[in-house]
Amino acid sequence: MSVQPATQSAAVAAPESKRRRRWSPMQRREAIEGILYLSPWIIGFTVFVAGPLIASGYLSLTKYNVLRPPQFIGLNNYIFAFTKDSLFIPSIIRTFYFALLSVPLAMIGSLLIAILLNQKLVATTVWRTFYFLPTLTPLVAAALLWRWMLNPDVGLVNYLLAQIGIQGPGWLASTTWAIPALVLVTLWASVGGSRMIIFLAGLQDVPKEMLEAAEIDGAGTWDKFWNVTLPMITPTIFFNLVLGIIFALRTFEVAFISTAGGPARATWFISLHIYQNAFVSFDMGYASALAWLFFLILFLLTYLQFKFSGRWVFYAGAR
Amino acid sequence: MAQHVLQPARPSRTASIRLNTLTTRTLVYLLVIIGAVLSMGPFFWTVVSSGKNINELYRYPPTFWPDNPQFIKNYVEVWTVVPFGRWFLNTTYVTVMSLIGTVLSATIVAYGFARFRVPGREAFFFVTLATMMLPVEVTLIPTYLLFKEFRWIDTYHPLIVPAWFGGGAFNIFLLRQFIMSIPLDLDEAAKIDGASSWRVLWQIIVPLCKPAIATVATLSFIANWNNFLGPLIFLNTESKYVLAVGLRYLQSTFAGGSAVVSRPQDHLLMGAALMVALPCLILFFVAQKYFVQGIVTTGLKG
Repeated sequence: MSVQPATQSAAVAAPESKRRRRWSPMQRREAIEGILYLSPWIIGFTVFVAGPLIASGYLSLTKYNVLRPPQFIGLNNYIFAFTKDSLFIPSIIRTFYFALLSVPLAMIGSLLIAILLNQKLVATTVWRTFYFLPTLTPLVAAALLWRWMLNPDVGLVNYLLAQIGIQGPGWLASTTWAIPALVLVTLWASVGGSRMIIFLAGLQDVPKEMLEAAEIDGAGTWDKFWNVTLPMITPTIFFNLVLGIIFALRTFEVAFISTAGGPARATWFISLHIYQNAFVSFDMGYASALAWLFFLILFLLTYLQFKFSGRWVFYAGAR
Repeated sequence: MAQHVLQPARPSRTASIRLNTLTTRTLVYLLVIIGAVLSMGPFFWTVVSSGKNINELYRYPPTFWPDNPQFIKNYVEVWTVVPFGRWFLNTTYVTVMSLIGTVLSATIVAYGFARFRVPGREAFFFVTLATMMLPVEVTLIPTYLLFKEFRWIDTYHPLIVPAWFGGGAFNIFLLRQFIMSIPLDLDEAAKIDGASSWRVLWQIIVPLCKPAIATVATLSFIANWNNFLGPLIFLNTESKYVLAVGLRYLQSTFAGGSAVVSRPQDHLLMGAALMVALPCLILFFVAQKYFVQGIVTTGLKG
């Protein structure tokens, strides 16, 4: 504690002295060389990220159909989205419903696989490969493959369900079951992938001494998991959760291929709505406004997660 | 960071006694096997379906192996009914060109981030990381309009050129983390011997970065091979399609509306889907060691 004032004043003084100091020729040379190495990304960032970001912000305030120059209309696109576009708000709700179903299942599924693969098994690599392969399959191919598996009349899934006496639903052809079906496809295509491997790495970083100490204190398998392992891997859970929510809310290919947003718009997600407005109707101004609304939702959600992470995420290294 | 190799956890002696009780071990293996069957089952079913004839395909109850296997006939048909070979070449071209661009430019940029004190470097690196969170939808429309201005629509440039300018935030991040773990002494020793920073990069950094570069190359290959939205938006001509978009085209053709076929041909679609997936699956077996390690290192440091 007594050291703190000294460090503080040093921290305040440091930038000032740095600013006053003139650059030596060597430092300048290093900076110039560094900028040269960074230049591909400086150009790429400006042209493909920052520029388009600003441009789409401007376009969102215009009416623009590509043929005629953009016409400034203020916030009308945003007002239209909330008042007149009967597809926008339902598409957001639908997207969140999909995320609400898929994210918890995906997180639990990946963690469960990671726990299983963390046991002492014969031929770990083989099992890991089995779980990993679906995640390498192009989403378009995965969607087609599952469309066939989920065929209500002759599909394998309903055939197997019939064997145990369950009449299978219409899956992708049913307005109620289409979203659960897409959740199923997404789970298959992601549950054993990088999310699982990151969990596995997190599990392997749990200090063995802590588990042993808990055991000496008489903790059972479940106690050890709940009171030691789980708190220790909260940073990993947080990392996967943030990325998982973004990934789920951005779902496009699976819905586009499996159902094209149907039946009766039951899988018309926000990403499809943006695609439709931008590249089918060529209503670029309105589509930009939709994209920005979507971006703001994602940003807000990520921000809130970081804000409240302090309540449940435990960093062993934090002071 | 590179030493972080995934090994099955070694349970302590007391724990292993409990784990080795027959019931627990049986339960664990049972669950692992169920999971593996669920993972691999759809592949098996796709293979079976791709070898059936059209009548057997729609028969109920389904058969678990084709009565009259006609794998060769079906697979040949996929290549003749649509320009599948052409799409294969197109996809390979786009994927390889993007891969080269990504590996070269991401390595150079990551070297810049890791080794040179440039004012504002930390802030720019933070912004770079933030771009990973940005949904493509926000930048896609202006990017499309830009490429339209360049007259690049219906060419491969929109799919290749961006990769040559940094290769994406994630790849820069991965390589930068790796380069930072290489001791600075090596650079300085070479510099004292008169080597330029460019030579240090190619003769010292790159050879030591091989595992990270292999990871970036693998990830880039898979991302580009599977890319759907980009080709869907930028390519219009059938002969210029890449496989992902071609598959979708095949699906709509086979849905029955076209003149080529009169009824759904899901057996051909299954064969095509498998062939599209195959290169990535093969690549995984070749690069598995690096691949898993790369995900782990970035996942943890992220």
